[in-house]
Amino acid sequence: MGRYIIRRLIQAIPVLLGATLLIYAIVFALPGDPIAALAGEKRMDPNIVAILRDQYHLNDPFIVQYWYYLTGLFRGDFGKTFAGVPVTDLMAGKFQVTINLAATALVLEAVIGIGLGLYAALRRGRPADSLILASTLVLISIPTLVTGFVLQLLLGVKLKTAGVDLFPIAGVTEGWRSYLLPGFVLAGVSIAYLTRLTRTSLAETLRADYIRTAVAKGLPRRRVVGRHALRNALIPLVTFIGADLGALMGGAVITETIFNLPGIGQQLFSSVYLREQSVVVGIVTVLVLVYILANLVVDLLYAVLDPRIRYE
Amino acid sequence: MKKTSTPVLPARTAPGDGPLLAVDDLHVEFATRQGVVKAVNGVSYSLNPGETLAVLGESGSGKSVTAQAIMGILDMPPARIPRGEIRFRGTDLLRLPEDQRAQVRGQRISMIFQDALSALNPVFTVGWQISEMFRVHRGMSRRDATKKAVELMDRVRIPAARQRVNDYPHQFSGGMRQRIMIAMAIALDPEVLIADEPTTALDVTVQAQIMELLAELQRESNMGLILITHDLGVVADVADKIAVMYGGRIVENALVHDIYRSPAHPYTKGLLDSIPRVDLKGQELYAIKGMPPNLLDMPQGCAFHPRCPYRQDDCVTDAPPLYEVGPTRGSACHYWREVFDDSRR
Repeated sequence: MGRYIIRRLIQAIPVLLGATLLIYAIVFALPGDPIAALAGEKRMDPNIVAILRDQYHLNDPFIVQYWYYLTGLFRGDFGKTFAGVPVTDLMAGKFQVTINLAATALVLEAVIGIGLGLYAALRRGRPADSLILASTLVLISIPTLVTGFVLQLLLGVKLKTAGVDLFPIAGVTEGWRSYLLPGFVLAGVSIAYLTRLTRTSLAETLRADYIRTAVAKGLPRRRVVGRHALRNALIPLVTFIGADLGALMGGAVITETIFNLPGIGQQLFSSVYLREQSVVVGIVTVLVLVYILANLVVDLLYAVLDPRIRYE
Repeated sequence: MKKTSTPVLPARTAPGDGPLLAVDDLHVEFATRQGVVKAVNGVSYSLNPGETLAVLGESGSGKSVTAQAIMGILDMPPARIPRGEIRFRGTDLLRLPEDQRAQVRGQRISMIFQDALSALNPVFTVGWQISEMFRVHRGMSRRDATKKAVELMDRVRIPAARQRVNDYPHQFSGGMRQRIMIAMAIALDPEVLIADEPTTALDVTVQAQIMELLAELQRESNMGLILITHDLGVVADVADKIAVMYGGRIVENALVHDIYRSPAHPYTKGLLDSIPRVDLKGQELYAIKGMPPNLLDMPQGCAFHPRCPYRQDDCVTDAPPLYEVGPTRGSACHYWREVFDDSRR
C-alpha cells in the first residue's frame, strides 16, 4: 500500500511538469504586454520598462523563462506578481475561499445527491421517482449562470425582503452561511448527476444475485437494502464524488463571480486578463495537484470499499 | 374481528402426518410488457423428512420459479400466484402473514444457488455473511456468531476454517464458495433445503464432492432436500424421487430407479437417450428436436407435442393429465404406455 502511494506520487511529477509547461506556453502566447498593462492608459518611462522587463526576465527566450520559473517552483517559490506581491501569499487567501466553497458544494452534493437517489431507487416507477428524475433533468439543462442569478434573486433578495434572512446575497462576511447558496449553485449540476447515478447504482445492485441470497436468508428488508445493497452501490459513487472535487474547485469561476466571492476562480480570470503568468501557472499547478491527490484518495477509498481491489 | 383464522405455523417438533412440504396445483405467472408469462402451470410435488426430490428440467421449465415461490423470494409484482398451495407441515405458506413467513425463510426452509461467486456478497467476509444468520435471527454477539461460523465452515469441510473466516468470497475456489453457501444455508438447521443447480458452475470432480457433502449433511439432520438440476448424471446417485418438468408442468414423476429403467414420457426418454454412453461411442448423439416452448405463446394441447416423436392428433388439442403409471409414478402423456413399452425393450 505504502509503495503504491509513493509510486503514484512519483507518477504525478511528469504530469505536473507537463501541465505547468503547457499553461506557461499558453499564457506566453497571449497577445499584449503585461508591463504596459501595469500603467494602464499612461505611457511609461522606457527606462523603467527596460528595468522591469529585465527583472522579470521578459527579454529571455521562452524556455529560459520557464526554466527560471521551474527552479523557483522547486524551492517553493511561486514567484511574484508584476505588482510585487508573492504569488504564494496571494493564493493562500484565495484558495481558502475556494476550498470553503468547494467543500460546501461537495457536502451538499453528497448528502442531497445520494439521499434523493436512494429515495428514487426505492420508489422506482412511482410519482416521487418520476418527480426526482424530471427535476434532475431540469437542473442539468439549466446553465449555472441562470440558476445562480435566479436563486440569488429568489432566496437572497426576495426572501430577505419577505423577512427571512437565511442566505447572504454576496461576499464572505457571514461565515459559513455565505457559502450555502453559492455552494448549492456550484454543486447543482453535480447533484443532479449524482442523484441519477445513485438511483441507477442502487437499482442495479438490488437486482444482483447476492441480494436474492440476502432475501433468501430471511433478513429484514431494511438490512438487505441498508447493508447488503448500499455497501456495493456506494462504490461507483465515491469515484464520482472524488473526481468532482477537482471540477468543483476549478469550475468555480462563474459562481464566484455571481456571488462576488474572492476565490481563485475570480483571481484566475483577472490574472489571465493581466497576463500574470506566474499567478496563472501557480493556480493551475495547485489545481492539478488537487486533482492528482483527489484521484489518489479515490483509488485508496476504492480498495477500502471493495475488497476485490488490492494495491501492491 | 374476522373469524377466518390466520394459519399458525406449526412447531419444528410438530408430529407429522402428511408430508413435510407439499406443493399443490401451483400456478405462477409474470406480467411482462409482451404479455403474461405463465411460468408454472399447476405443479404438485411433495417432500418428506430425509428425502431427496430431484426436479429436472431445462431452462424455462419453471423449476427455479417453483422453488422461489416456496421460498417466497419472487418479486411480486411482476410475479403473481393466482392458484395453488404450498403446505409446510400442513400450513399453507401462501396464506401466512409476511412476519410469520419471514420466520420460515432462511431458518426452516433455506436455499442455495447456482453461481456461488455472484450469490455471495463481494464486499463482506465469508465469516460475516455466515455469522449474520446467528446475529440477525438468534441475536448472538459478533464473537459467538463468528465462532459458530467457524464451526459451520469446519462442518462443510473448508480447510483451515479459523484462518479463512475473515477472507472474502473471491479469495476462495468455486467449490469452496459453494461450501460457504451451504454453510450459510444450513446454519439454523433448516427442515428443507432447496439446492438450485448447486453444481452447474463447478467442474466434475468438485461436483461429486459437493453432492456427497449435501447427502451427508442430509443424513445427519434428516432434512428434506429439493435438488433442482438439468443434469441427469447428478441425480442418479443422490435422489430418491424425480419430478421432470416441461413448460411449467410436471410431465413425469417417479422413484429414481424406475425412471432410469423405463421412462414413461417421451421428454424424459429423450433426455435419457441424449446422455453420452461409452458403449455407443462413435455414433451420433441423440438430441431432442426443436426448441423449448415460448412461455408467452404456449402450444395448444400438450406443450411437448411440437417436438414429440409419439405425437398423435389429440396431443395437439388435448392437454394430457398426469396419468397414473404405477402406485408411485405418473406421466402426463396420452401415449405413456407406448413410451413405457419402448423404453423397456
